[in-house]
Amino acid sequence: MSGPTPVTALSGRHLLGISDLTPREITLVLDTADAMREVGERQIKKVPALRGRTIVNLFFEPSTRTRTSFEIAEKRLSADTLNLAVSTSSVVKGETLLDTVSNIEAMQPDMLVVRHASSGACEQLARHCRSRIVNAGDGLHEHPTQALLDAYTIRQHKGRLDGLQVAIVGDLLHSRVLRSNLLLLRKMGATVRVAAPRPLVPVGIEAMGAIPCRTIEEALEGADVVMMLRIQLERMQNNFFPSLREYFTLFGLTSERLALAKPDAIVMHPGPMNRGVEIASDVADGPRAVILEQVANGVAVRMAVLYLLGGSDE
Amino acid sequence: MPVVMDGSRIERTLRRIAHEILERNRDLSDMALVGIRTRGVVIAERLAAVLKEAGSVTMPVGSLDITLYRDDYMRTPVGPQPVVRSTDIRFSVEGRRLLLVDDVLYTGRTIRAALDAIIDYGRPRSIQLIVLVDRGHRELPIKADYVGKNLPTSQEQSVQVRLTEIDGLDEVQLEEGA
Repeated sequence: MSGPTPVTALSGRHLLGISDLTPREITLVLDTADAMREVGERQIKKVPALRGRTIVNLFFEPSTRTRTSFEIAEKRLSADTLNLAVSTSSVVKGETLLDTVSNIEAMQPDMLVVRHASSGACEQLARHCRSRIVNAGDGLHEHPTQALLDAYTIRQHKGRLDGLQVAIVGDLLHSRVLRSNLLLLRKMGATVRVAAPRPLVPVGIEAMGAIPCRTIEEALEGADVVMMLRIQLERMQNNFFPSLREYFTLFGLTSERLALAKPDAIVMHPGPMNRGVEIASDVADGPRAVILEQVANGVAVRMAVLYLLGGSDE
Repeated sequence: MPVVMDGSRIERTLRRIAHEILERNRDLSDMALVGIRTRGVVIAERLAAVLKEAGSVTMPVGSLDITLYRDDYMRTPVGPQPVVRSTDIRFSVEGRRLLLVDDVLYTGRTIRAALDAIIDYGRPRSIQLIVLVDRGHRELPIKADYVGKNLPTSQEQSVQVRLTEIDGLDEVQLEEGA
């Protein structure tokens, strides 16, 4: 019995969001990441695949984990990399995003890895730039490589994505990780239940394919995967809940609550974690947490994305 | 399209190569086979079986994917990229004498990539090259130590090696139109 022919390339020039990827393209990225993970286990963690390519990491928002992960991935593929942090760029002098990027493009980079606080910033750049764009998180829109590394980690533990019950709990309203994960997990045949205090549930979450739950307990019941999201206090202009203590009481993941999920359920968190707010320390450090594996897998998945987008366009 | 090697010819050829390995390397204890994915791995496994049958030590077999070391990745137009598969070498190559195995030797660029890849795993004492078919047209100064069959070809022709484990039958076919 032969299934559909596996794809061997991504159809787009850029990776702007999971919405652009087909299930077979997602599978290609995850399969390629398997080979990239092997590179990371070697004594010499470097291959020449992107030798001669220049990649600029443009981070208009603070980031440690994602930027470092991309930089390590780029270096492991032998690309030349340059990091541009907004605090040291001319953006602080009032230059527009397009002007900044036009100037960088004049120096002939091949790819731009972009994080920006505005949803759609990467799409805007993709329309104007010669370089390939990889979205490293844009506003509340998408964070595709995070969703891909989450999917990779789930597949590593569960062997598949289809048919899984995934609970996503936390600040749904401000989360681009939620949006990308929801798109990916639904495309790959998983069921996603979500829970958060009512003001933190985005309007139209059902239309995005999620099943909203009133309580964390309802979301956790029988879950194969528990994905906790950070409470993004820096994005909250209003009071969405009375106090962090109350939030933890109602929606924090404790070991007692985790017992409602399947016995082999894994616990994920995209980081950075607020211990004692969305997740208890004993769960975060417990045997079912795969949070550091997510970080390790992030390098392999980003290597896969950069490799698949990095061919010549001469 | 002419079949230049059938199943029994391939089997006899691999036995002959195994005996050449035994003649040339009296002590096999520090040797290992590394097959280049995909068909090189199958040939390496078959050689390991023949060598074991011939009474020598069980030689470890590794599989090498050279995709990330290809020198044409940046030169081809955007389109299907070579699919990356995992390398699986579960022994230290440091100080070992390696037998590198591939199905067809053509330009030599695959072997160059394989040498680069192996050296990223450590410094072998030596590397000997085994190919089932040498079809000529070298672009790099690379020569095999063990050749199953020298097959003169034109560059317009292609050599298809089919092996039971992957293709359901054993044969080497010369096809017109590369």
